[in-house]
Amino acid sequence: MEIKKTSLNKLHQEHKAKFVEFAGYEMPIQYSKGIIEEHKITRSNSGIFDVSHMGQLFIYGDDSLTKDLEKIFPVDLENLKLNSSKYSFLMNEDAGIHDDLIITKIDGGYLIILNAACKDNDFKILTTLLDNKYKMNLDEKRSLIALQGPKSSDILNSILNGVNELSFMTGNWFEYKDQKIFITRSGYTGEDGFEVSISNDFAEEFTKMLIDNGAELIGLGARDTLRLEAGLCLYGHELGIDKTPIEANLKWAISKQRMTNGGFIGSKKIIDQINDGIKQIRVGIKPEGRLIARENTKIFNDAETVIGEITSGTFGPSVNGPVAMGYVEKEFSKKDTKVFLEVRGKKYPANICGLPFYKKSYVKGATK
Amino acid sequence: MSEVKYSKEHEWIKIEGDVGTVGITQHATEMLGDIVFVELPDVGSSVEKDGNAGVVESTKAASDVYTPISGEVMENNQAIVDDPGKINSDPENEAWFFKLKIKDSSELDSLMNKEEYDKFAKESGN
Repeated sequence: MEIKKTSLNKLHQEHKAKFVEFAGYEMPIQYSKGIIEEHKITRSNSGIFDVSHMGQLFIYGDDSLTKDLEKIFPVDLENLKLNSSKYSFLMNEDAGIHDDLIITKIDGGYLIILNAACKDNDFKILTTLLDNKYKMNLDEKRSLIALQGPKSSDILNSILNGVNELSFMTGNWFEYKDQKIFITRSGYTGEDGFEVSISNDFAEEFTKMLIDNGAELIGLGARDTLRLEAGLCLYGHELGIDKTPIEANLKWAISKQRMTNGGFIGSKKIIDQINDGIKQIRVGIKPEGRLIARENTKIFNDAETVIGEITSGTFGPSVNGPVAMGYVEKEFSKKDTKVFLEVRGKKYPANICGLPFYKKSYVKGATK
Repeated sequence: MSEVKYSKEHEWIKIEGDVGTVGITQHATEMLGDIVFVELPDVGSSVEKDGNAGVVESTKAASDVYTPISGEVMENNQAIVDDPGKINSDPENEAWFFKLKIKDSSELDSLMNKEEYDKFAKESGN
């Protein structure tokens, strides 16, 4: 199958991107400044991330759509305000995670942002579950550009006046010339920021404006170190069909009312796990010293028994040290529990720790 | 007079008498990206030509470091353990990895000179 390219591919090349294949797309892993510098630019200034490989699924329908989607997702969509977003999951009956996603109530329906590697399968699953009753469009004609970091609000507002009034996890339509742009205040770096859904033919011009206003292109490499420092899950690593939201320590994302009443796919398993407990849970892991423990590293207790495995591990540039997440048996999940990581045949000490590694600075309220 | 030679694994060795100073090349650091962790062979240990002699980790992945020739490790560079970023900024000078006492100087014959290495690096692309 031919590798897909986003609308910003040429711009990435001009900015000396190193490319990798990711979920069938040619994506920039880094630019000439490198992962650490790009990470720091995002934390101190504003970084532009091409996330156009992610799925933008528009579903249109009336009140019955809300009811049908509530049979699928563990979110209180009934009470979700127009243009507000929630983090959620597409699960199977065993509460195994097909995908994690952001669902936003828009005028006339919903917009769901899906992971690139999962989007085609998600579309099939949702089409079947919704029984072809609604108009669904996995929109390939729109690009998705994330702008992340403390200066993002000022930079974006200088182009689209009013975006700085959006509060966290809300969005709205904006107009620029004849372009209709949907912007949400969200992101996946632990910084204040926005995700901009924009037509492909305008994406490059728009991104150049962001660059002219002081933002810089950032690759997927830094996106990974940023999200890991922020303690955020990545599908295929922390999340998968063999993990439930309860095991992933994401109970907060399930609406309380929905958790009590159930009625969504996987709800029985979720309620059982809440009542009966779970065997393993996602935790933060901080290696002592500078050693990096990567995905699949075995975690031992002090008695040399395997108690878990690392799902993501790297060097955190803002923390200035190694950071990792993984799953351990529940009894070893308490903060400050000492564990050992087996790297290249040797065991190194580490501690279970709270998340995030790096404190978020999201903007909470609107400033009207 | 010192001489610098290069291996196909992208290590350099500076030869001064029977002492060799080993590091990784600029080209290697460009391929690896930002280096954030390094593990060096212990002082007093013996390393065998083309054998394992440490690890470098970048933000992306871990890579083995090999020794271009055999010998006994006399000194390792703690400065790069404390600040691995030095390997990116000055790989072929300040950020040397270890010094060894050369066991068999005939092993040097299999290594490349600067011109040969530059050509190799450019053609191999890795």
